[in-house]
Amino acid sequence: MFRYIVRRLLQMVLAFFGTTLIVYALMFAGQGDPIQALAGERPVTEAQRAYLTEKYHLDATGVGGFFYRYFDYVKSLLQGDLGQSLTGRQIGDILQAAWPVTLKLALIALAVAIIVGVTAGVVAGIRRASIFDNSTLVLTLLVLGIPTIVLAPLAQYFLGVKWQLFPPTAGSEPTFYALLLPGIVLGSLSLATALRLTRTSVAENLRADYVRTARSKGLVKRRIVTVHVLRNSLIPVITFLGVELGNLMSGAIITEGVFNIPGVGFNLFRGIRTEDGPLVVGIVSVLVVVYLVSNLVVDVLYAVLDPRIRYE
Amino acid sequence: MRVRRLAAWTALPLAVTLGLAACGSGGDGGSGSSDPNAAVSIQIGEPQHLVPTNTTETSGSQVLAGLFSPLVDYDAQNKPYEVAAESVTSSDNKVWTIKLKDGFTFHNGEKVTAEDYVNAWNYGAYAPNGQGGSYFFEKIAGYADLQGEKPKAQTMSGLKKVDDLTFTVTLSEPYIDFKTMLGYNAFYPLPDAAFSAPGVLKDSYEQAPIGQGPFKMKGTWQHDSKIDVERYDAYPGEKPKVKGVEFRVYQQLSAAYADVLGDNLDVLPTIPTESLSNAPTDLGDRYQVSPMSSFQFLAFPTFDKDFSNPDVRKAISMAIDRDEITKSVFKGSQEPARSFVSPVLPGYRENTAGSAAEFNPTEAKKLYQAAGGPSKIVISYNGDGGHKDWVDATANQLKANLGVEVVGSAEPKFADLLTKVEKKQPVGMFRLGWVMDYPSMEDYLGPLYSTNGSSNYYGYSNPEFDKLVKEGSAAKTQDEAIAKYQQAEDILAKDMPVIPLRFGENVYGHSSKVKNVEMDLFQRVNLVKIEAAS
Repeated sequence: MFRYIVRRLLQMVLAFFGTTLIVYALMFAGQGDPIQALAGERPVTEAQRAYLTEKYHLDATGVGGFFYRYFDYVKSLLQGDLGQSLTGRQIGDILQAAWPVTLKLALIALAVAIIVGVTAGVVAGIRRASIFDNSTLVLTLLVLGIPTIVLAPLAQYFLGVKWQLFPPTAGSEPTFYALLLPGIVLGSLSLATALRLTRTSVAENLRADYVRTARSKGLVKRRIVTVHVLRNSLIPVITFLGVELGNLMSGAIITEGVFNIPGVGFNLFRGIRTEDGPLVVGIVSVLVVVYLVSNLVVDVLYAVLDPRIRYE
Repeated sequence: MRVRRLAAWTALPLAVTLGLAACGSGGDGGSGSSDPNAAVSIQIGEPQHLVPTNTTETSGSQVLAGLFSPLVDYDAQNKPYEVAAESVTSSDNKVWTIKLKDGFTFHNGEKVTAEDYVNAWNYGAYAPNGQGGSYFFEKIAGYADLQGEKPKAQTMSGLKKVDDLTFTVTLSEPYIDFKTMLGYNAFYPLPDAAFSAPGVLKDSYEQAPIGQGPFKMKGTWQHDSKIDVERYDAYPGEKPKVKGVEFRVYQQLSAAYADVLGDNLDVLPTIPTESLSNAPTDLGDRYQVSPMSSFQFLAFPTFDKDFSNPDVRKAISMAIDRDEITKSVFKGSQEPARSFVSPVLPGYRENTAGSAAEFNPTEAKKLYQAAGGPSKIVISYNGDGGHKDWVDATANQLKANLGVEVVGSAEPKFADLLTKVEKKQPVGMFRLGWVMDYPSMEDYLGPLYSTNGSSNYYGYSNPEFDKLVKEGSAAKTQDEAIAKYQQAEDILAKDMPVIPLRFGENVYGHSSKVKNVEMDLFQRVNLVKIEAAS
């Protein structure tokens, strides 16, 4: 196990530099005129252009320029310095402010997905073809069919503005309560998927030999479901949810915009819009780490759930 | 300079109209006493900078308007009057003497002196500092010496301190509107505490700017979140009627709109486009409209032979039904434009474009065919600014009225559009907008249409026009200047380098917790007038 984790950690370093290189290259290739993009619809003065060009080495173009800027970036990265975004702010500071709120949001979304999704999935799996099973099927299809971009404003309008059950927006230092609605909206997609996954898996395992054995041994139904079926059924769900955490953190762009949460998703969006290469690469680097770590956690959890799975 | 996007984020298209259930939120502000100890919240976008000479967008300038007090402000007729200045005088419009009012202090207690202005302006003009508003100082003598990679000088020769409260500004050429110009935020002073060494601004200054205005910073700038300011009690001018203001940063106007409906935010200076049609019902008398200076137009690449004949340009203009588009697309939130300068200016005349701006499809078609206009017209615009609807509507009108093929073509960003135009790539006609910096006709005519104008992207050049604008700037009296500017505008009507389309208006809303919400011509909330309802 230990050797496995070390090997995985080493792979992570490689993956990390590989992805940042690719993202940096993409950003570099797609870059039009970042100085103008920064200024919006204002023409930029000569003085300002000269100043920014020099400051961000924007005059270094072509292949040579790319490696010059990439290595410059990696050099400061290794010193723990994410550099400055084109707006002049430290990317470290931006992330420090954006990270906690996005993490909270993602965790709420994940919790909603686990609590509601897995529970409902188990129930639906046990009572196959019941009214509950059929109605959750319809509901999940509905949720999967409505994009967040529609769901989020609708939820905001009805639950936030019209019936005033939740605050319409969350802001930068939100309470748990204010984050609940965006969390549910964000988690609804993973909730639906988790529910379907759990349901299928539980339904399948209920027919497995070991369940029949357990039943013939005279074990109570609750014990069969919680200890035997659930444990085996959760493997695909854990895989999904582990990777989903990464998705939730980066995929909050729309939800964060609608509910005015200045998190990672928004900053990423802004970075792409203003062609702010350093900011985009900085955020993506951190997201890569999140993905890698959550994948590692998933793999380790496999072993916990199913001792048959051995890593060496 | 000042072409800004009208709706910063014309939010992501909502597939669902919120009009489904247009509910009036009932409670309206209005009468009742006000609470001087309450704070109000105002929506802004994340400012790019909070250094006066580096702030050229609305959000930053809204915050600075609370932290600083300008030398002059504008009265109801948009003529300048003194605020922080005691007097601004000149006998020849070239050497200006600015006397400051006694009693102004910076928020750290420092007394405001003439030197604070001189230092701030020199800092702003010095090219290596990369200040976005540095061009505001280009009329001052010695500005050229501060430009380039290694400038010859650090200070402008035109700025001279006379005594603690007086300084003189020598311009390189007479400019009658210099006093008007001083209302712009680039002309605010900076305290000694802002500099770490002469001419070197402290990095931390921007995080908590120290000004001499009615409000001072409460804490520091919380990026992407908010900027809190509170009343500065030693301010000698008109006192604010609220205890403080929270400038709350929103990424999307639609989110802010939902907050205003829920009384969670007090002022939303711009109603998002997609909510325009139901905002009057949603907000009732908390939905307000006031004049603003923006000007939207379609520009011709006059260097392109398709559009080089003024008759073609006039015919296209005549084939556009401005009233119809402002009504159907903008729901009356903008006004049709038939002149080249904004109605908010002294010297504005209605209908200066004359028959060319009158909707007349039959004449238009005749003129177009006679002048040999192109059989296919492209209208380029930036796709990120919410311009698609009106461009498509315009294209349809032109198609129907001129009988030619017309398509709208979106560039991803405004920067991409400008780059193509600058490289003279074939983009066809293209949209542009303009927001003034200070109320002077010259601020529209000079940059947009003179041969070397900073925003003349269409290659328009008419020596006669250039001469008239120059003569206007150098005039002895305002009346004389306006007469010259108006003559210049008449030339534009003949040449039609651009088609005036619409003048903007502030379309804003507020919660039931505030009253007396006024907006100025620069899309800023008047922070001294706003009151909290109690």
